[in-house]
Amino acid sequence: MDFNDTAPEAEYRAKARAWLEANIGEYREPTEFGRGHADFVRHSKIWQKKKYDAGYTGITWPKSMGGQGLGPMNSIIYNQEESRFHAPTGLYAIGLGMCIPTVFSHGTPELIERYVAKALSGVEVWCQLFSEPIAGSDLAGIRTKAVKDGDTWTIDGQKVWTTNAHLSDFGIIVCRTDPSKPKHKGLTMFIVDMHAPGVEARPLKQMSGGADFNEVFFTNVKVHDSHRVGAEGDGWKVALTTLMNERLAVGGKPSHAPGYKTLMTLAAGIQTDNGPAISQSTVRERIASTYIADEGIKLTQMRAQSALSRGEMPGPEQSISKVVVAKTMQDLASFAMDLNQSSGVVTDGSNPELNRLQGSYMASAGLRIAGGTDEILRNIIAERVLGLPGDMRPDKDTPYNEIKAM
Amino acid sequence: MNFDFSDDAKTMRESARKFLDANAGPAIARKSMNGTATYDADLWKAVIDLGWTAARVPEEFGGVGLTAEESCVLAEEAGRSLAPIPLTSVLAATEALLRAGSKEQQARWLPGIAEGKVIACVGWGEGNAASPSTAALTVKDGKASGVKLPIADLLGAQLAIITANGPKGVQLYLVDLGGAGVKTELVETLDLVRRSGKLTLDNAAVEALGDPDAYQDWLDRAAILAAFEALGTTAASMDMTVAYAKDRVAFGQRIGRYQGVKHKCADMYIKLELARAHALHGAWAMGADAGELRQAASAARVASLDALSFTAEETVQLHGGIGFTWESDCQFYYRRNRQLASALGSSAWWADRLVRALERRNAA
Repeated sequence: MDFNDTAPEAEYRAKARAWLEANIGEYREPTEFGRGHADFVRHSKIWQKKKYDAGYTGITWPKSMGGQGLGPMNSIIYNQEESRFHAPTGLYAIGLGMCIPTVFSHGTPELIERYVAKALSGVEVWCQLFSEPIAGSDLAGIRTKAVKDGDTWTIDGQKVWTTNAHLSDFGIIVCRTDPSKPKHKGLTMFIVDMHAPGVEARPLKQMSGGADFNEVFFTNVKVHDSHRVGAEGDGWKVALTTLMNERLAVGGKPSHAPGYKTLMTLAAGIQTDNGPAISQSTVRERIASTYIADEGIKLTQMRAQSALSRGEMPGPEQSISKVVVAKTMQDLASFAMDLNQSSGVVTDGSNPELNRLQGSYMASAGLRIAGGTDEILRNIIAERVLGLPGDMRPDKDTPYNEIKAM
Repeated sequence: MNFDFSDDAKTMRESARKFLDANAGPAIARKSMNGTATYDADLWKAVIDLGWTAARVPEEFGGVGLTAEESCVLAEEAGRSLAPIPLTSVLAATEALLRAGSKEQQARWLPGIAEGKVIACVGWGEGNAASPSTAALTVKDGKASGVKLPIADLLGAQLAIITANGPKGVQLYLVDLGGAGVKTELVETLDLVRRSGKLTLDNAAVEALGDPDAYQDWLDRAAILAAFEALGTTAASMDMTVAYAKDRVAFGQRIGRYQGVKHKCADMYIKLELARAHALHGAWAMGADAGELRQAASAARVASLDALSFTAEETVQLHGGIGFTWESDCQFYYRRNRQLASALGSSAWWADRLVRALERRNAA
């Protein structure tokens, strides 16, 4: 048992590290060009193009798709090395992590030829248009419709929680094309031009104050049938490809998020009626439980990497990752604010470390929902891993246009 | 990266599971509970014949010389099967002799352990609220008088490894249970399958096993073995509950369809896998003599007890009224949970030990 790279892994790591050291430039330290900054897109595009030219994009994609044709360990290693710095990468996470793999798994050769390389090199930005106000966890309940007339589809409806929609050039959208079929059967996937007439992305202000998401309105939007991804009525099957990639992408703890060390530093500097907070057993137990959750997930991911390194599939234990990470973030931040007593609620910028925890508290509420709620993820563990029967779904076999809530 | 058991350890785990599935489990635990024997002698003999007590003993002392990983998987399978045999006590004692024993001490005890002629047990408790860091029992001129309890598997054992105050502090001592001034008797505990005993020393000869540092080092290793045992018990309890939830019908549905039930099962799995990650980290640290040993062992201990207590308690709950009956197997996991929780020091004590290890590492 060991935590060492194999010889080829070590070689790849050294190569990636050397390239990053030589090219990371101004992203060596934290920058202000995060999401929401006016220069975020420009910086993201410059960095993506550099990576593309150097062969650090699409690392696991087949060479025929412009990828590097390497294994998952290469991708993991590159990401580990890149995350030591502060390069702007968030703009492409969804497009390259979810949308484009869906396009090259289910799209026609013409669509692949037109879209894949431009996405990979960062020229075009993509978003994923799935959730709707009426359908989040129950995604197959979406209402946005696409109606066919000759070779042209007309899309009308509304999507929501669409990350980066306002910055995107294209999106993959799942629409209801046959409401007379049961809800999973009447769906179809399309590629939609986000600059087309009738598409309007409105940033949606979150309770945390940020606006990473959008609500996107489609009014009489025309899409040519050549931009259908997969067969008519196969939209659910195609969407599952995307969602499987999403669960892999939204797995671990956000890099640079507060962890047990934050709690230790904080507790060492705070006095309670009974002495330093760090000496209190309740505080020490919370540090321990935070360590167990955070490091337990890291170690679980190392189990997966060990399997991948041997050329095997990771075990089902990977499914615990997000449900643990998000709630641990929330609990840690909440406890840390408590330790700060009356100032725990003050956000005047006088205590940057506390502000970071407050930000983490606000963000964690969203993380517990994004990419599968805590409840849906527990269903998945119970049903797919433990083999328990699925929830009763009274609407499952009913034609969509006849469904009534029970 | 190769963060997983070796193929050899995995092979041993499979064969141990196969054997114990066929020869142990709740029915054998019940037989033990209803009987008076201190352990299941037939099962113990079969386990000795399979070489499990010899596995970790070096070849020079008549053993097979396998690694700590093999001990970890054996502890896990013993825990899964509730086997009423002193295997995990012997594994922990073997580790103490390996880490802290002189060549003479190893030569005296390890061959007997390998052959199955010596059952060895370990104990720190004195029947009060003290922690593993303290001991009232004090050694003077190689003799001690006092009481240690509870000690799992004491009855039927030939060797006890206990803690006592020596000239340099609290450390391990060997007690030959056939010696003068040594008395053993049954002490009743919540665990009705795995018997514990009370050891009374009356000016009895005890022999230092290593020093206080060696005791602390052993404690980490013992905690890792205990974590694997707890993982096995947790997994068995969870599996039984999941099987019941797939079968039991209420309100016209299998109860496993209800989120109130299935989410508890999912939480059992989440806690189990978090604990497994830390236990595996411990197995690595143990084999590699890594600097992370204390933090890995402490985390494995705390995480495995959290998984076990949650799972054992919810196992009874999800079985409903039938789970609360004497005839149900739920009580075995519920009771064993408390036995394992008290055996090496409480979860809170180990949480504190974990944070101390992290503080030391941060300061370094």
